Amino acid sequence: MTPHMLTRSLDRSATIFLAVVAACGILIPLSNLLLPAGAFLQVPTYLVALWGKYVCYAILALAIDLIWGYCGILSLGHGAFFALGGYAMGMYLMRQIGSRGVYGNPVLPDFMVFLNYSKLPWYWYGFDMFWFAALMVLVVPGLLAFCFGWLAFRSRVTGVYLSIITQAMTYALLLAFFRNDFGFGGNNGLTDFKDILGFNVQAEGTRAALFALSCLALIIGFLICRAIVSSKLGKVLIAVRDAESRTRFLGYRVESYKLFVFTVSACMAGVAGALYVPQVGIINPSEFAPGNSIEAVIWVAVGGRGTLVGAALGAVVVNYAKTFFTSGMLAPYWLFMLGALFILVTLLLPKGIVGTFNAWWDQSKEKRNAASLASAAAEDGVTEPKMAE
Amino acid sequence: MPAYLSARLCSLALSLLLIAFALPAFAGPFEDGVAKFANDDFSDTEEAIGVVAGSGNALAFPIISALQDGRLMADPDSKKVYVTGTDGKSIDAATGQAVASVPDSASAVRLNNRLRRSVDAALGGLTLQSPDVGTRLQAAQSVFKSHEETALEAVDAALAKETNRSVKTALGEARAAILLFKADASEVEKLEAVATLKARGDQEAMALLTGMGDQPASVTKAAASAIGSIQSSLAIWSTVQNAWYGLSLGSVLLLAAIGLAITFGVMGVINMAHGEMVMIGAYTTFVVQEVIRTRYPGLFDYSLLIAVPLAFVVAGAIGVLIERSIIRFLYGRPLETLLATWGLSLVLQQAVRTMFGPTNREVGNPSWMSGAFELGQITITYNRLWILVFTLALFAILLAMLRYTALGLEMRAVTQNRRMAASMGIATSRVDALTFGLGSGIAGIAGVALSQIDNVSPNLGQSYIIDSFMVVVFGGVGNLWGTLVGAFTLGIANKFLEPVAGAVLGKIAILVLIILFIQKRPRGLFALKGRAVEA
Repeated sequence: MTPHMLTRSLDRSATIFLAVVAACGILIPLSNLLLPAGAFLQVPTYLVALWGKYVCYAILALAIDLIWGYCGILSLGHGAFFALGGYAMGMYLMRQIGSRGVYGNPVLPDFMVFLNYSKLPWYWYGFDMFWFAALMVLVVPGLLAFCFGWLAFRSRVTGVYLSIITQAMTYALLLAFFRNDFGFGGNNGLTDFKDILGFNVQAEGTRAALFALSCLALIIGFLICRAIVSSKLGKVLIAVRDAESRTRFLGYRVESYKLFVFTVSACMAGVAGALYVPQVGIINPSEFAPGNSIEAVIWVAVGGRGTLVGAALGAVVVNYAKTFFTSGMLAPYWLFMLGALFILVTLLLPKGIVGTFNAWWDQSKEKRNAASLASAAAEDGVTEPKMAE
Repeated sequence: MPAYLSARLCSLALSLLLIAFALPAFAGPFEDGVAKFANDDFSDTEEAIGVVAGSGNALAFPIISALQDGRLMADPDSKKVYVTGTDGKSIDAATGQAVASVPDSASAVRLNNRLRRSVDAALGGLTLQSPDVGTRLQAAQSVFKSHEETALEAVDAALAKETNRSVKTALGEARAAILLFKADASEVEKLEAVATLKARGDQEAMALLTGMGDQPASVTKAAASAIGSIQSSLAIWSTVQNAWYGLSLGSVLLLAAIGLAITFGVMGVINMAHGEMVMIGAYTTFVVQEVIRTRYPGLFDYSLLIAVPLAFVVAGAIGVLIERSIIRFLYGRPLETLLATWGLSLVLQQAVRTMFGPTNREVGNPSWMSGAFELGQITITYNRLWILVFTLALFAILLAMLRYTALGLEMRAVTQNRRMAASMGIATSRVDALTFGLGSGIAGIAGVALSQIDNVSPNLGQSYIIDSFMVVVFGGVGNLWGTLVGAFTLGIANKFLEPVAGAVLGKIAILVLIILFIQKRPRGLFALKGRAVEA
């Protein structure tokens, strides 16, 4: 992956996007930490955590846009990869509590003591080390996506069938994680975290750092996605999206391309989940609920499918609206609005905000070009306009 | 003397005559025992209970039950004991003769917890001869469970007079249970007991046979073979039971999925709001029952019959409305349809929540749907049975409709080749709207049935949506028979996995199996063949 490739992949909207995210990632934590509390431009800590959550959702939306927007795979189970990454991080955070838990057991987390576990289940080994947990954040969702995709794409399960079985996958995981004897805290999930890498999770500095890290992850994720979709590989992906059979007949191994991008996307979702958990302070099985995954898809649709920038924008806009409406008098009407959003966006705004804006921009640019050419021609009178170029 | 007492006494008197004659005319053990109630001493009272209960005297039952209710009065001065009936009339406990009044010095015989247990045990033996068949049966069964040696005489006495077949069997089994555990019972008796228990053949009989301890070799051998035969018969019954549960679950799945099979199969529309159509049907039932409760309470048993066509009309009309206003703009874009209908489901849920509140609403069972009956070792509830019958009937009607009506013909034509059908003059958009309406209406009818076994809440539909998609995808799109086979296969597989893996793990296993199955047959069990699938 060369710098040349990166620069080539950056167009106007991508540059603006990266600049905005980088500015937020630097300025918001600084304003939160350096300015005195209550000052005019100071961002309160709760807002930092809230916007950190949005940024994590934006990464998830990016992951979904990569496969849906560019490869035509509509996954209704991406919330599962998000939650698995979150659980991996949650397990690390649980192990960090150590003997400060309610029961004071140095090895076993509180819920295990409560449920009469005599020793740590084998799959909890290693999660006391950050590097291992960080690796698992990528490996667990990636491996699940690889196995699932390998089975599904090889036998050419496509379209709505794939959507439905991804939904079944996250539903099965939801049921499994609700069980107490599954070893992940059952209904209550993992919570009551104390510190991460030695820093207090609740502290302002940690929250600001986590926010900056989330922004960094968003930027890196965005660059990876841009690199993928603007490479030759990306062209094949788009070909698969638009005419899968034809691409296959041209000699491309469609399933390999799909599998690759699906796995990358799942890893990204895992990272988003891992950053989400310390900022929210809890991870529980409800994150696996099929409804969450579908909601994430609508963020992408609202922002603009197949634009990457739009996906991130959609995630932030929809979630901001959700926070705004569910905290006020309008709370009972939020589901009406969300539902209407699903319907209206698919009916009236199929390209999403960014897609529609791009189309409008291109159109008006053409008009302006045509107008300036026409006026130039009128002024010049004699010379032919250089239409050929 | 209260009427029930006299009835009891009359029925018992003849049979107990022999025993009565065998006793001395007065101051026999029975009379002595009764007198002990007057000592106002707990250990004397216990002794008295034992003597009276074991005496076989016709008065034993009234005395002990009076003792239980605090109606047994004892005069410490004269050592006389009286039974006060519930109507205030009293008899002398020792002789059974009516007395004008109980002396003022008499007070109720007191009991403590230990004595209450003895009283209960004594009554257990005595109720074996109650005139009420149900009571006798219950008493026999409780003796079978406790198999106390002391009850043997009472059981034998009751057995000699018993005429009711089922009570007689129960008594025989109780006797067998006692003999099996009685140390000094003869080998022949024990062998007979084993045979009796083998004939009973249920879990409890097996528990007795396995826990009987040291026995003569022949008895142990007989018991082992009896256990074997009981085990195999139990295994058969548990298979039958699982199969029934599976059929029942399958019928529920089929109900939930059958409307989806139509919309998905004929139109290729992924209707995520399908579950909400089911919910609307259930709420229609609720409204119908509310109106009936307040206005015409006599019609309650017909509420479901009224609700079925109404639910079809309501859900069907909403379905047509949805098709005309949203779905027709999204044909050929299945993924967008999925999202739009998901949004629609949120709106419908919230609308119902706003109108009817977020809590469960009560929908009652009409009398013909409540209760249960026994079939061998399993219990079948009427509501499950009716739902199975109803589902199959609905399926048959739908099948006939698709095959024999003009609309059905048009639907099939559109399924097989939309453009060709349009060229032949079929108004495909009208067929689309009606098909979607039909699918939604069927879902509404399903809601009426499901309201009988599930909570009617705004979330009702959501709990079925994944299951019904699984059924349709598993069975194969565009094929009603596939849906039928898929629903029952999943239902039965689920119920057979449940005892092995537990309810939740069983469900997870089924989901994983379906996911794997789809890899093998991406178009389901009964896939449509031909060019249409690739479209």
